[in-house]
Amino acid sequence: MDGWRSWFCGKLSSWGPPLTPDQLIALSILSPAVGALAIALIGRNNDAGYNPRDIVTVIATLITFGFVVKLAGPVVAGDRPELSLFEVLPGLAIAFKIEPLGMLFALVASGLWIPTSIYSFGYMRGHHERHQTRFFVCFAIAISAALGIAFARNLLTLFLFYELLTFSTYPLVTHAGSGKAVKAGRSYLGILIFTSVSFLLLAIVWTWQTTGTLEFRPGGIVSGHFESSRAILLLALFVFGTGKAALMPFHRWLPAAMVAPTPVSALLHAVAVVKAGVFTVLKIIVYVFGIEFLTDGNYALWLCYVAGFTLIAASLVALTKDNLKARLAYSTISQLSYIVLGAALATKTSIVGGGMHIVMHAAGKITLFFCAGAIMVASHKTEISDMKGIGRQMPFTMFAFFIASLSIIGLPPLGGAWSKWYLILGALDAQQFLMVGVLIVSSLLNIAYLLPIVVNAFFFPTTEVEIGGGIKEAPIACVASLLVTAFSCLILFLYPDFFLNLAQMIGEF
Amino acid sequence: MQWLGLWHYWAVIILMMIGLYIVIARDNLVKKVMGLSIFQVSVIMFYVSTGKVEGGTAPIIPEGGHDLVYSNPLPHVLMLTAIVVGISTTALALALIVRIQEAYGTVEDDELNAIDGAAL
Amino acid sequence: MMEQLPALQVVLPLFSALLCLLIRNKTASRLFSVAVSWGCLAIALILLRTVQETGIISYHFGGWFPPLGIEYRIDLLNAYVLIIVAMISAVVLPFGVGHWGLSIPEGREYLFFCAFLLCISGLLGITITGDAFNVFVFLEITSLSSYALIAMGRNRRALRAAFTYLVMGTVGGTFILIGIGMMYLETGTLNMVDIANRLPLAYGSRTVLVAFAFLTVGVGIKLAVFPLHHWLPNAYSYAPATVSAFLAATATKVSYYVLVRVIFTLFGAAYIFETLRFHVLLIPLSLLAMFIGSTVAIYQTNIKRLLAYSSISQIGYMTLGLSFASINGLTGGLVHLFNHALMKGGLFLVLASVMHSIASNEIDDMRGLGRKMPFTMAAFVLGGLSLIGVPGTVGFISKWYLVVAALEKGWYPIAVLILLSSFLAVIYIWRVVEIFFFREPAAEKSIKEAPLSMLIPTWILIGGTLFFGLQTEWTAGVAGSVANFLLGGLP
Repeated sequence: MDGWRSWFCGKLSSWGPPLTPDQLIALSILSPAVGALAIALIGRNNDAGYNPRDIVTVIATLITFGFVVKLAGPVVAGDRPELSLFEVLPGLAIAFKIEPLGMLFALVASGLWIPTSIYSFGYMRGHHERHQTRFFVCFAIAISAALGIAFARNLLTLFLFYELLTFSTYPLVTHAGSGKAVKAGRSYLGILIFTSVSFLLLAIVWTWQTTGTLEFRPGGIVSGHFESSRAILLLALFVFGTGKAALMPFHRWLPAAMVAPTPVSALLHAVAVVKAGVFTVLKIIVYVFGIEFLTDGNYALWLCYVAGFTLIAASLVALTKDNLKARLAYSTISQLSYIVLGAALATKTSIVGGGMHIVMHAAGKITLFFCAGAIMVASHKTEISDMKGIGRQMPFTMFAFFIASLSIIGLPPLGGAWSKWYLILGALDAQQFLMVGVLIVSSLLNIAYLLPIVVNAFFFPTTEVEIGGGIKEAPIACVASLLVTAFSCLILFLYPDFFLNLAQMIGEF
Repeated sequence: MQWLGLWHYWAVIILMMIGLYIVIARDNLVKKVMGLSIFQVSVIMFYVSTGKVEGGTAPIIPEGGHDLVYSNPLPHVLMLTAIVVGISTTALALALIVRIQEAYGTVEDDELNAIDGAAL
Repeated sequence: MMEQLPALQVVLPLFSALLCLLIRNKTASRLFSVAVSWGCLAIALILLRTVQETGIISYHFGGWFPPLGIEYRIDLLNAYVLIIVAMISAVVLPFGVGHWGLSIPEGREYLFFCAFLLCISGLLGITITGDAFNVFVFLEITSLSSYALIAMGRNRRALRAAFTYLVMGTVGGTFILIGIGMMYLETGTLNMVDIANRLPLAYGSRTVLVAFAFLTVGVGIKLAVFPLHHWLPNAYSYAPATVSAFLAATATKVSYYVLVRVIFTLFGAAYIFETLRFHVLLIPLSLLAMFIGSTVAIYQTNIKRLLAYSSISQIGYMTLGLSFASINGLTGGLVHLFNHALMKGGLFLVLASVMHSIASNEIDDMRGLGRKMPFTMAAFVLGGLSLIGVPGTVGFISKWYLVVAALEKGWYPIAVLILLSSFLAVIYIWRVVEIFFFREPAAEKSIKEAPLSMLIPTWILIGGTLFFGLQTEWTAGVAGSVANFLLGGLP
């Protein structure tokens, strides 16, 4: 393992221009923003062919990913690059410090931005969407915000970028401009701002006022200042304040946001926005509270139950949904609670499981959403009951769907198996046998709401007469992207070491 | 006896209350302004009355003698300013009333509220 | 020259107002008043720098020594408020040079500037003086000129709004006069420092108590503390657009300054908060202001009225900060002076641009403006985000200090209430944002983006809400020093 690691680090640090880590941090966060500016200036969508704006977008995604990858080398080797900007309030600065969990999230977000952009070209063209420039600009800013969250050194910086993420994704959610989209936007903004202002900010100020610091530290910062009911209350405020983690009862924004174009749903709600939410929960549990503090006082047991409940309840609701995107949305809510459960179990293994699930679920869910969008573009179908036999017309899409479903369910040889494995191990470690049961039951539920779609698509005849059968796939950009992400699920099973190493380093600074 | 000796304060209080009552209770804008004036006059009286020193004379130093008790001239001076302020306010208020009369045709508050549909 | 600066701060705009009467030409009087306002800003900056370096400035008018003579006394608090007033006037006066949206008949514009400069000189005078009666005099100068300015609005309701404001404002001013008179009775002096030294000897007497009551109610009327706020929505809604921007950003701030002076310098925080327990009255009123102001704002159809009720809510934040009587609380209240001036000034300037384009203040008429006037509407969204308190904007900084102060005192419910009321702001701001961006504009009008002369001042103020949301040393830093200095021994 070590030889592999050092080979990888050597390779990473040697390519590209020589840049110091703090410069890299600034560049990673700035490149999407600069890209957004460039896209805004170039403007104008062009239905035919590829235009300069798309090229700029792709360049921005590649450059950003390049910077983030360059940072990965030092982090894996044990470095913790940091960058401190100015002080906003006395004793509180906008500052960044990369640790393994943040690195993991940053890689996921910036990495998956690339296939999403390519997918978006195909989707937006195929669906004849308007306001494409606004779309790509807001996308880029949202990625920038996600990287800011990933690299944040203290709660203030994280909160700032967290709110920036909410506001930059609002135009994406309400992209269609229709009454339904505006309503969805209201629900989105309303729930997210309500939770972040009323709970999260309160928790942050309370922490600051009691402990005198907001920094993320291994072992946490609250032990010794909070105990028993106050600690539980603080944890509740933090967790429910992170509305992006979609814990019930603050989950309604996620299905509401499905009215957005599919690339938005894919990246933001399967990868960046919701992952920012669970990342925040994980980070707070490990670096603000500390695993030992939580297990010593048994402060997070209630959270296991809440997460477990959300897990099962969301899966059950998913079973009832005929709209494909709605079903996937509730599936996401359920999967997010896996990660929250991993955090709540507060053992080393469960944290590893949570971290791994960020990666695995991202790859799997994004593929599923890509497929849903491809189906909508190619055949204008949104309801699952209409999709009988669609595997004949769209074999590549449905095959990718099948692969990703297996990953979400947690079966080998797909990546999801690893994360489920570690989560179950973590539950056993914490002696929470009920949670083990919950995890197993939910896997069964996953099978119940995902596999029938695949079975429907391949093993049933089509319900309507197709004029001139044969393959009628989505635009090539869409299909290529979803195949790449589906393939990554397989790769992640075969070579999980990189992310596994990162996840295992969480908690050691 | 103390209470009767403070008769000037009673005058101030009565005038102040009359003034405020007129401002609140009367609908005619001109009457409101009159009430305001009465209210301001009461305050002027309050200040001036506090300037009087028991056994004091006018605050002018006479030829030769300096050993006199003088009344305090400062409140009078302050009230000169206050009177000017009061006059300016009244003038401005009356100018506004003239404009309101031109614009609305009435200076009764209840009629104005009816025209505007709201209490302004 | 440098020693005369305190006097010049007031004398400059005062005499320029008179000169404006002689300059009949509208462009010349406009440019002249802009130049004067920039001069005032320069003086205010120099004064602040001097106070930061050398300490309190004391200027004796006519060479007469205080407490017999009138003294202009500038400490860090005054200098801070002077900057706010001067800065806002320097940005608002050049707004829309060359474009006119006022109801003044042709040929009378110089009168508008005369009144404006008088208002500025009054505000600066209240802030800079160290003599209690002088405060009353300048207060009346400010009030009278603002009544005149408000009455210049297009709608005839502006006249009634100005009249109501006149009646309430005069009652308030006269209450302040009574309060000053009673303090004079008990201490025999009008100089603020002297009163502060002598008043403790008279703490037990009822006169001092009544003096405080009259002063508080009088200042409360001018400050539009709930429930004395009735004049504010009408006055702000019907005044000319730039006048609303100016008054919203300065008049209440200076009244707040007077309240701070009365409580912390004249009477002393210990007497007010420990003996009189004033916060028991002020905190519920502030909370009511915060919630009722925001709630009523949600239902408004006129956008200026919406912002006016929002101002009432924001004033509630300021008085809440004051009533904590702790360093963080007072810092929060004082920094909100600056922040709110930026936010509301900027937002009202946006409305002035909109008024210029579509000649209406009804929200319904503003459908789809986001596409026709992108820069102006972007400024509105940013200002709105600041009102909500999104981190990175000035609104966040004020909220932070207030919540920290609430938690310090252990008043957890109040901390929760502060945050909940920010959420109310989301509702009324976002309602308007949705109408700007998500509705189809009225087809027949050709609506253009606002001219540069309007965009630049607007963006100076709104850009300020971003800049000072990140660089807080000049605002929160100064406010913190002021709070430290005012609270002296109190924790």
